[in-house]
Amino acid sequence: MAHIQIFGSLRDLFDGQAAIEMDVRNLRDLLTKLPQAYPDCAEEIEEGVSVSIDGKIINDDWFRPIHADSEVVVLPRIVGG
Amino acid sequence: MSEYQAREFKVLGQRLKRPDGFDKVTGRARYGADVEAAGMLHGRILRSPHAHARIVSIDTSAAEALNGVKAVITRADFPQAAKGYEDIQDNCMAGERALYDGHAVAAVAATSKRIAKQALKLIKVEYEVLPHVTGVEQAIAPGAPIVQPGKVSKRVPEGFSDNVVRYTSFGHGDVEAGFAKADAVIEREYRTEASHQGYIEPHACLATLDEDGRGDLWVCTQGHYFIRDMSCAVLGLESANLRVTASEIGGGFGGKTTVFVEPVALALAKKSGHAVKLVMTREEVLRATGPTVSTYMQVKLGLNKDGIITAAYARLFYQAGAYKQGTADFGAMPAFAPYELENVHTEGLDVITNRPRTASYRAPGAPTACYAAESAIDEACLELGLDPLEVRLKNAAKEGTKSSYGPTYQDHGLIQCLEAVKDTEHWNAPLAANQGRGLAAGFWFNFGGETSVSVFLNTDGSVTVTEANPDIGGSRASISMMVAEEFGINYEQVRTTVTDTGSMGQNEPTHGSRVTFAVGMAAIKASREIKADIQQRLAKMWDVSADQVIWQDGKAHCTDNSKGIEPMSLPEIGAIANNTGGPIGAHHGANMEGAGVAFGVHICDTEVDPETGFVSVKRYTAIQDAGKMIQPDYVEGQLQGGAVQGIGWALNEEYVYGDDGRLQNPGFLDYRIPVASDMPMIDTVIVEVPNPGHPFGVRGVGETPIVPPLAAVGNAVSRATNVRLRHLPMSPPRVLAAIQSA
Amino acid sequence: MSSTHVSTKINGQAVEYVCPNDASLLEVLRDQLGMTGTKEGCGSGDCGACSVTVDGRLVCSCLVLGVEAQGRAVETIEGMANKNQLHKLQEKFLEKAALQCGICTPGVLIAARSLLEKNPDPTEQEVRYWIAGNLCRCTGYDKIVRAILESAKELREEAA
Repeated sequence: MAHIQIFGSLRDLFDGQAAIEMDVRNLRDLLTKLPQAYPDCAEEIEEGVSVSIDGKIINDDWFRPIHADSEVVVLPRIVGG
Repeated sequence: MSEYQAREFKVLGQRLKRPDGFDKVTGRARYGADVEAAGMLHGRILRSPHAHARIVSIDTSAAEALNGVKAVITRADFPQAAKGYEDIQDNCMAGERALYDGHAVAAVAATSKRIAKQALKLIKVEYEVLPHVTGVEQAIAPGAPIVQPGKVSKRVPEGFSDNVVRYTSFGHGDVEAGFAKADAVIEREYRTEASHQGYIEPHACLATLDEDGRGDLWVCTQGHYFIRDMSCAVLGLESANLRVTASEIGGGFGGKTTVFVEPVALALAKKSGHAVKLVMTREEVLRATGPTVSTYMQVKLGLNKDGIITAAYARLFYQAGAYKQGTADFGAMPAFAPYELENVHTEGLDVITNRPRTASYRAPGAPTACYAAESAIDEACLELGLDPLEVRLKNAAKEGTKSSYGPTYQDHGLIQCLEAVKDTEHWNAPLAANQGRGLAAGFWFNFGGETSVSVFLNTDGSVTVTEANPDIGGSRASISMMVAEEFGINYEQVRTTVTDTGSMGQNEPTHGSRVTFAVGMAAIKASREIKADIQQRLAKMWDVSADQVIWQDGKAHCTDNSKGIEPMSLPEIGAIANNTGGPIGAHHGANMEGAGVAFGVHICDTEVDPETGFVSVKRYTAIQDAGKMIQPDYVEGQLQGGAVQGIGWALNEEYVYGDDGRLQNPGFLDYRIPVASDMPMIDTVIVEVPNPGHPFGVRGVGETPIVPPLAAVGNAVSRATNVRLRHLPMSPPRVLAAIQSA
Repeated sequence: MSSTHVSTKINGQAVEYVCPNDASLLEVLRDQLGMTGTKEGCGSGDCGACSVTVDGRLVCSCLVLGVEAQGRAVETIEGMANKNQLHKLQEKFLEKAALQCGICTPGVLIAARSLLEKNPDPTEQEVRYWIAGNLCRCTGYDKIVRAILESAKELREEAA
């Protein structure tokens, strides 16, 4: 089970929880299972999010592994100038 | 998973000349407006003089009848935009309503610039003027004119007008409990005005598009794949059929990552059957491209006598222009990112107004938020009589710190940057009368993203690198240097070229401080694939196993000394490529995740004339962690350029709107960016803490340098005057008023 | 708009053109003569990207009419190098990384050459005020000012 931190305002989409436990292998798994378990977040996920896995911001790399001890933080999608 | 391997570098760190330099100092380099095509027409855009108006009707008949006019278009000439691109299309050409002064409403293509200009006057637009709002505080108030109804997202708190369209928040701990523990709690409001990227080259393009939807576009842009994909989405084209070539680019800073004139030029080309060149005027650039947010920010900060920040809170209202954007996220996340905080809470609210749709500008969203946060820290330090550097050092985020926006930091160089402040002569120099010294830290995420690069070994042993990211700050040089380093050859033997969308796979634009990091990494990996291929070939030739062929000092060596095989150089290997399997080359396409964050710390000395309120910057030092410098001149150049842009934002630059909702200063005379005589030399100190996510330890450096200056200058001016300035820019009238009211 | 026949000299070469009377010299250079090394950043004399000299005087070519070049000598960036032999300033700009995007570079180089012709030993402040009419958004001016000062020094040494 990976420990997924839900930050700030995104918590409203996860029944107010600051963190959830979820059995996920990689980013794709996470992005598939999150809206299944918490339908409120589907729109947000579809609009695009960035996910920080062990301190690295990951935008799209589906097969980036998530380990049982990984730190996972769901964030708004990072852009740049 | 660390990509980085410590090693000695031979090419990296040298101050080598850029390959595009000769053309740029002789005037040969071709920018957006520097090309022509046979039978070319000139395009020009008619723009709304109203901040907000319903377009009742547009009569183009008189313009169409003018001799030399070959096409006139309005929104009716555009198809339905692809899902998600409706706002981009509407911003390129207004639909039912003009949403800001300068919004495009029609366009013409004619045989000369003069005729095109004349034709615009013959287009009759009937407007029904609607109430407008351009100020962020006016826009959020209940009862404000609503810019676009029905745009409010879930989770926006109540009590605001429907112009507040998005809400986001970050943080951890319990800020109220933290404030209760503080010896000083300061609660302040800060405001910043919109600035513009101010690139000297106006947007320009040359388009052809035939009836079947096949076309070519030459354009100055930071990202020709973005331009292609957006133009296709807005015009109903297929990506493969629109080949986009990026010209040399005369500055972008985030402002050239989206479309403004390109779909218009393409639509005119299609309708007229001719190539159409469309070049913006400076006035159009300022009225109708994408400036930054203006802001209204509330900050509350708790500090105890030991210099520990017990709690930090910020609520940031970001004025996004006429369309929904998410920039407030990028204020709320980095505001307190330099600090290890037990209790932190930030909120970002995006506000729409009757102003141009904002675009990215170098670390979009961060400079203003850091201005508010770093100003509040300075105010708290003054209140408790604490040293601003010591307080920052005490609270500084380290490796393993849980950041204010969630993730735990990997290795980074903030502490080293702060320690470097102590060692500068600048920090320890005395100040004269009416002078003040400001300090501020700043942060940007950086990212990597989709990247495609090809590397070829030529038959003479030289190496060709083909990539597709417009080079703004010297990336062709830095990529060539990394490839030369990887092969162990000279920089002069490698040439890097930026190619078009028809010749290379997808690339994100030159943004997010990504190119040297991501394109460099892809080029290194392609080079490694070539080396592996060469090992296989030589193993066959030498009748040894591939692991007995190693790469050293630019040559392939056989480790089996018994064979008496002489090492082979790249020219020797290139010469027999066709005998050993054919042309040698490798393509590396990947999503280059793993960019490392970048922290910077700036020191600014200002002198304020108490009679006039005029601020002069006397001395400036920018310090930043670059991971590993490839070409030091270009790293310094990023720090110097970013710092001066930030100084301009802090002191002069401002979008000024009249009560009529029209931009009052759409020119470089009145929208005044820093000139040479305004500035001192900008000293730089580069710290190198390798990014574990890059083979050579590279971190993006381009964006962070614009984050600290707003606060560094603000803190310096406030300390010089003993009056806290909380509204940027600190133009002489504002400073004088603050001094006089104190 | 009526047009005028103009005989002038550009970078030492006799040139003739017919231009509309209201056309700027910048427009003539870029659109009629294909000399696109001179850039347009504002069209209002505020950015200096279009700097050229007319009879040795530094001007914004967007504020000069094409017809005003009649009988005069115009110098543009295209004439700065001697074939492939760069002018000292051009060389120094490359060596000192005094350009990033390069759009302001032709104008800055023309302005800097004009300064050094009048004042071979300028102070930093004199350099900064002389090029105050040339906007650069990339460099923060630091490396530009250093490159001009160093060019001046080397030119003086070479002349001595």
